[in-house]
Amino acid sequence: MQSIAWLSIVIWLPIGAGIVTLAMGDARPRAARWSALVGSLATLVACVPLYVGFRNGTASYQFVERANWIPALHAQYYLGVDGISLPLILLTAFVTVPVVIAGWTVIERRPSQYFASFLIMEGLMIGVFAAADALLFYFFWEAMLIPMFIIIGVWGGPRRVYATLKFFLYTFLGSVLMLVALIYLYEKTGSYSIAAMQQLPLALTVQRWIFLAFLVAFAVKVPMWPVHTWLPDAHVEAPTGGSVILAAIMLKMGGYGLLRFSLPITPDASRELDWLILLLSLIAIIYIAFVALVQTDMKKLIAYSSIAHMGFVTLGAFLVFLILAATGTSDGATVGMDGAQFQMISHGLISGALFLCIGVMYDRLHTRDISAYGGVVNVMPAFAAFMVLFALANSGLPGTSGFVGEFLVILSSFRASFWYALLAATILILGAAYNLWLIKRVIFGGVANDKVAHMQELNGREFLVLGVLAASVLLLGVWPAPLLHMMDASVQHLVQQAVASKIPAVALR
Amino acid sequence: MIGPGVVGGAVGAGIGAPSMLAALPEMLLAGAACLILLFDVYADPARRALTPTLTMVVLLAGVLLTSWFAMSGHRELLFDGLYVSDPLASFLKLVAFATMATVVFYSQDYLEQRGMRGGEYYVLCLTALLGVFVLISANSLLTVYLGIELLSLSLYSMVAFDRDSGIAAEAAIKYFVLGAIASGVLLYGMSVLYGLTGTLQLDSIGHLVRHGTDAGVIIGVALVVVAVAFKFGAVPFHMWVPDVYQGAPTSVTLYIATVSNLGSFALIMRLLAHGLAGLPALWTQMIMAIAVLSLLIGNLIAISQSNLKRMLAYSAIANAGFVLLGFATGDTAGYQAALYFTVAYVLTTLGAFGMILMLARRGYEHEEIADFKGLAARDPLLALLMLALMFSTAGVPPFVGFWAKLWIIQALLGGAHVWAATFAVLISVVGAFYYLRVVWYMYFEAAGEQPAAPPRARMRFILALNAAGVLLLGLLPNALLNICSRVIG
Repeated sequence: MQSIAWLSIVIWLPIGAGIVTLAMGDARPRAARWSALVGSLATLVACVPLYVGFRNGTASYQFVERANWIPALHAQYYLGVDGISLPLILLTAFVTVPVVIAGWTVIERRPSQYFASFLIMEGLMIGVFAAADALLFYFFWEAMLIPMFIIIGVWGGPRRVYATLKFFLYTFLGSVLMLVALIYLYEKTGSYSIAAMQQLPLALTVQRWIFLAFLVAFAVKVPMWPVHTWLPDAHVEAPTGGSVILAAIMLKMGGYGLLRFSLPITPDASRELDWLILLLSLIAIIYIAFVALVQTDMKKLIAYSSIAHMGFVTLGAFLVFLILAATGTSDGATVGMDGAQFQMISHGLISGALFLCIGVMYDRLHTRDISAYGGVVNVMPAFAAFMVLFALANSGLPGTSGFVGEFLVILSSFRASFWYALLAATILILGAAYNLWLIKRVIFGGVANDKVAHMQELNGREFLVLGVLAASVLLLGVWPAPLLHMMDASVQHLVQQAVASKIPAVALR
Repeated sequence: MIGPGVVGGAVGAGIGAPSMLAALPEMLLAGAACLILLFDVYADPARRALTPTLTMVVLLAGVLLTSWFAMSGHRELLFDGLYVSDPLASFLKLVAFATMATVVFYSQDYLEQRGMRGGEYYVLCLTALLGVFVLISANSLLTVYLGIELLSLSLYSMVAFDRDSGIAAEAAIKYFVLGAIASGVLLYGMSVLYGLTGTLQLDSIGHLVRHGTDAGVIIGVALVVVAVAFKFGAVPFHMWVPDVYQGAPTSVTLYIATVSNLGSFALIMRLLAHGLAGLPALWTQMIMAIAVLSLLIGNLIAISQSNLKRMLAYSAIANAGFVLLGFATGDTAGYQAALYFTVAYVLTTLGAFGMILMLARRGYEHEEIADFKGLAARDPLLALLMLALMFSTAGVPPFVGFWAKLWIIQALLGGAHVWAATFAVLISVVGAFYYLRVVWYMYFEAAGEQPAAPPRARMRFILALNAAGVLLLGLLPNALLNICSRVIG
């Protein structure tokens, strides 16, 4: 289709740049920083052809690269993107740049290892989204844990070892069950191609087991209540950049997995067990939002808010069956799925930006306690403007990207049932409550203490990072059409896959 | 599998001059062991430093010889059918030669620092290797026994090699006593099988024993399985493993964990997979139980270890569990996966013990996990290599250990052992913890009182190659996977 393997480039370029950065050594932090910046920017530039060359009207894989990787296991180096994965790849490449810039002078300990970890992780995360072969997908999915383990463990807060071990073991536990399910599917289809697995007819009992195995893997990653407990720990202890990547990209892998694996591979089990996902999603939305309300640590607050917002993603994705049952058609379901997808991208930008904001404050006062702040607007007006914008976006203010995703999901939940819509809509109230209360306590009011009085206004680097993110949040908020168009065909295809039964006619039970 | 007609034909050829050629690697080893012993006794002290070099030359010659025979790739029976030469044997011998060469390389400095430079180490290494080779090529119960004794007796003396160390002497005695009992059990089991079938030939036993309901057969097979499990250090016959791993000089532990492990694989392959191929149901269930227990006990107890050698011992028990899981499937896919797992494990373990040897110095063993604290700050390269090795053993991509576990699980699922596969992956999450702890100490803890790592540029280079192999085979696993499926056809 095209002569240049852009997907391979965006996967291996950052990994290569990471290795170069690592080779620079910690004795030359300047060289390491610059090679990291150049690497991440080059990756972002390499994404431009992907965006420009992407054709919107089709659900089939584009930019396909297919080569034999492990013929002995029938696994292929098979890459391709559709409307579901491409936005996430763009998001990954986009968010990594601010992460590198944000760590520019802040990271003094082993800087080359820090930047290298992020670049290598960027490549692996893009690999997760670009893989069209299940084994390749799993390969990237697991490999990614290594740099994140190092990032939280080396540059994290006081309880970093506990947090990073918990993070690693939780996600590892989830994913090994997925591996068993994938190998089982391979034994049935004779290939690791995800598309082949999606077409494989499966009896309902088998589907149920596979669905549950997938669910454990993806629910841990999303994270859904009650397997979310690793997230607040990991977020609080991770360095700023780590939190940004965790919130912006890693959580999305869970959502992506549900859309790419659970719904299409086990549609009948999804239909049967959709109540489980919907229930867990609503608990996440309502209960976790209350939990967020009482946090005293800013990072923890945003971490819990992330869980609540990811609840919207899972809710939107799994409403499809209820809508089908209520209206007889799956038309409305695409709206919910669109909302879920949009929410992932939007939340990636907003939560990333909020963690960067907290990082900015932490760099000055070295505490994340809400009570240590107050009246920041008096000393840092520009920063306060950004922070307020992102907090409002996080609570779904119209005009920001946060509104679009939530609106679409609530809209489609009306088609399922009024009560779902009512419960889901509580996030608008609760979200506004914890976000605004955070702003009130941290940003507004009189200058709380001497330390706050001596906080320095944003420097150019921080301003640039937050400015770019603010612009993209606003842009997606007022003009979501390009992103929605990009997703449209793939989302429709996904809904069709989800509502079509895969139970073989003879084995119907 | 080869038909009985072909076997009979090859046996009929008897001991002829041309047919002995395939056994040249063994003859080379036997001759070299004698010559190096003589050289070490009679050469003047200044020249004795040449012993390791001579050993390396022998190993290199062995690699060349074996590769030459590997070319032919067909199955051949020698010495009235006592000895078999087939692609599997050639491959395992090649791996064993290469492994032993790496062991000798890693051990040199360590032995020298501790004043253990006597040539006996190298001679014993060679005789033990000969034992492994005899096991690899065994086609008769007698040859199996010969190989296992040659290997074990060499290992007992190697464990006690540091004669001034009390803990080493204790380990050697434990190993010897338990090992002798296991040998007795093996011999008894073999005699029962011989009594029932009237033959010592492994491939004939496989055809003759077809009825597993006979009490005699069950007893005979059970006794053989016990001996095999002992050699693997599988639960409940694992008691010797932690003491020997910890008590033996690290260079000997390295040997036991790698070269001797190849011998264990050959043992189970020849004795059970080939010898009792007609009756898989009889022994696969026993092996499955032993494998599951090994995984459970090995992984759980490894968590509480503070000594890296002892932790790796329990890790070896757990990994033996994985290899045995492959055999518990009782089919070719499982054996192939087990072979791949063994090779991957040997490669990774070489690096892990090599790292201990690299960091050890006179009077300082560097074998506590706490000794690795802050290694990332003191020596980023070594820490990175160790990180790769640890994540590989934990089974995390992109390292070779991932494919090893994946293939075993795939073989289990292919044989419809869904629960065993699920158990294996879940317990390997438990296992991940103690490998992660090494990484944690290296990367997340501040350096303690440890001295800077010694430069040792040559060893650093080989260690880097070793870890690079672990990564490269992880990124492009196909070649080794293919070899493993080809040699066990």
